[in-house]
Amino acid sequence: MTRRRVAALLSLLIVGVLVPLSGEAQRAPVILATTTSTQDSGLLDVLVPMFEKQTGYSVKTIAVGTGQSLALAGRGEADVALCHAPTLETKYIDDGKLLNRRLVMYNDFVIIGPAADPARIKGMKASDAMKAIGTGGSRFVSRGDNSGTHNVEKALWKLAGIEPRGEWYIESGQGMGGTLGIADDRSAYTITDRATFLAFQRRVRLPILVEGDRPLLNIYSVLEVNPANGPRVNTAGGKAFADFMVAPETQRVIKTLGVEKFGQPLFVPVAGMNEAEVGAKK
Amino acid sequence: MDLLVEGVRQAFGLLASGDAEIRAILWLSLLVSSTSTAVALVIGVPAGVVLALGRFPGRQLLISAVNAGMGLPPVVVGLFVSILLWRSGPLGVLEILYTPVAIVLAQAVIASPIVTGITVAAVQNVPEAFRLQLVALGASRAQMVWVVLREARLPMLAAIMAGFGAVISEIGASLMVGGNIKGQTRTLTTAMVLETSKGNFDAAIALAVLLLVLIFLVNWGLTVVQQRRAP
Repeated sequence: MTRRRVAALLSLLIVGVLVPLSGEAQRAPVILATTTSTQDSGLLDVLVPMFEKQTGYSVKTIAVGTGQSLALAGRGEADVALCHAPTLETKYIDDGKLLNRRLVMYNDFVIIGPAADPARIKGMKASDAMKAIGTGGSRFVSRGDNSGTHNVEKALWKLAGIEPRGEWYIESGQGMGGTLGIADDRSAYTITDRATFLAFQRRVRLPILVEGDRPLLNIYSVLEVNPANGPRVNTAGGKAFADFMVAPETQRVIKTLGVEKFGQPLFVPVAGMNEAEVGAKK
Repeated sequence: MDLLVEGVRQAFGLLASGDAEIRAILWLSLLVSSTSTAVALVIGVPAGVVLALGRFPGRQLLISAVNAGMGLPPVVVGLFVSILLWRSGPLGVLEILYTPVAIVLAQAVIASPIVTGITVAAVQNVPEAFRLQLVALGASRAQMVWVVLREARLPMLAAIMAGFGAVISEIGASLMVGGNIKGQTRTLTTAMVLETSKGNFDAAIALAVLLLVLIFLVNWGLTVVQQRRAP
């Protein structure tokens, strides 16, 4: 290549990178820290463009798991958080790092396992099932990543009075999809949100053994970021997104999501309710 | 097995249909990785020449550091570049985290030691007698370096291929500093991880095929240039 051609190529590349950036919406982008399930389920693919159209904000969705998204928002590295770990969320609210927690929707977790069901948990209450798995030493795959799902699992072990440790307890360190794959491969029990389970039905042969118990509720909330967390927090944009998530029109859209693909909705909208009311619905 | 066949079939279907999202992802991957390779060349070639031809204290230590850096784990680069670019970080004012520019930056950090290291080896491979002869013939230092680099063009093109190959296929840094944002920073590798975690294995396989085809085409182009000029 001649030097001139190299120069032309280089300037083309630089222009190519910069031009798409300058095309951003005029309002400061909103950084949304959220859990992988909202992205993997396709919820955000529907809601984010809707929000961008309504408000003129552009959204940068960082889908990383609840532990990390709360940590990012708590540091002011994000402007709003959409998560599903009530206990952890309350901690951030108590510390004053995050504000104005509002319920958005819920679905539920299910405990799945090998059809042979060596721990005989089918139809049990969730905590009894965990106890049976733990005391019998049946294989169980844990996310082990401080995600919302992992937090529910930890809460259930606590309820069951079991300290999960030993060869039977496998920590995958992966997202829900990867964890389901490992559980299937090892014929192990695991806990999963229903939306991901539905998405993986083609690949995972483990049936649902426990469902419908109150501790298995998977409640999603939206949390705003305290402007004091950092100088560049987009407070207005974060609040706009939080307001959008609980707005009646958005809630109507949430209700229909997944019906076409899975024959049942992935989430139940619950804006305006408190936790006790959500439980009573089940 | 039918999953693989279905994935490959879908890959060509996607290419043929000109799916806008896939095209954007392909284009972004190519753009970001070529830009970062270009940046790595701008940094790595002069640095490599200085390390190869210069004589100064600590030179050996620096070369060792560069050689070690050729195996810099992308996820380590991703972590440190993210922290630097955080709003609360030293470069937070730039507000480039979760943009393609951030990915270019992180990938340039990954590719630079590779280009530098191969440049050092390539330049040192040119016999010293040749350099002395050039200087004896009255070449200035800059002219000498230029001729030496031309002489070493075969391994220099290998440096480009190695640098590009490293960044187009990395995932850790792109995911961390880019955020895998749909329509903005989703590259072929991050999209593959996402589709896999969604359970869309056929889509993931399709993306894998596209990635391999892209890597092959780029290297094919570079090889044609390399071999045409080969002595």
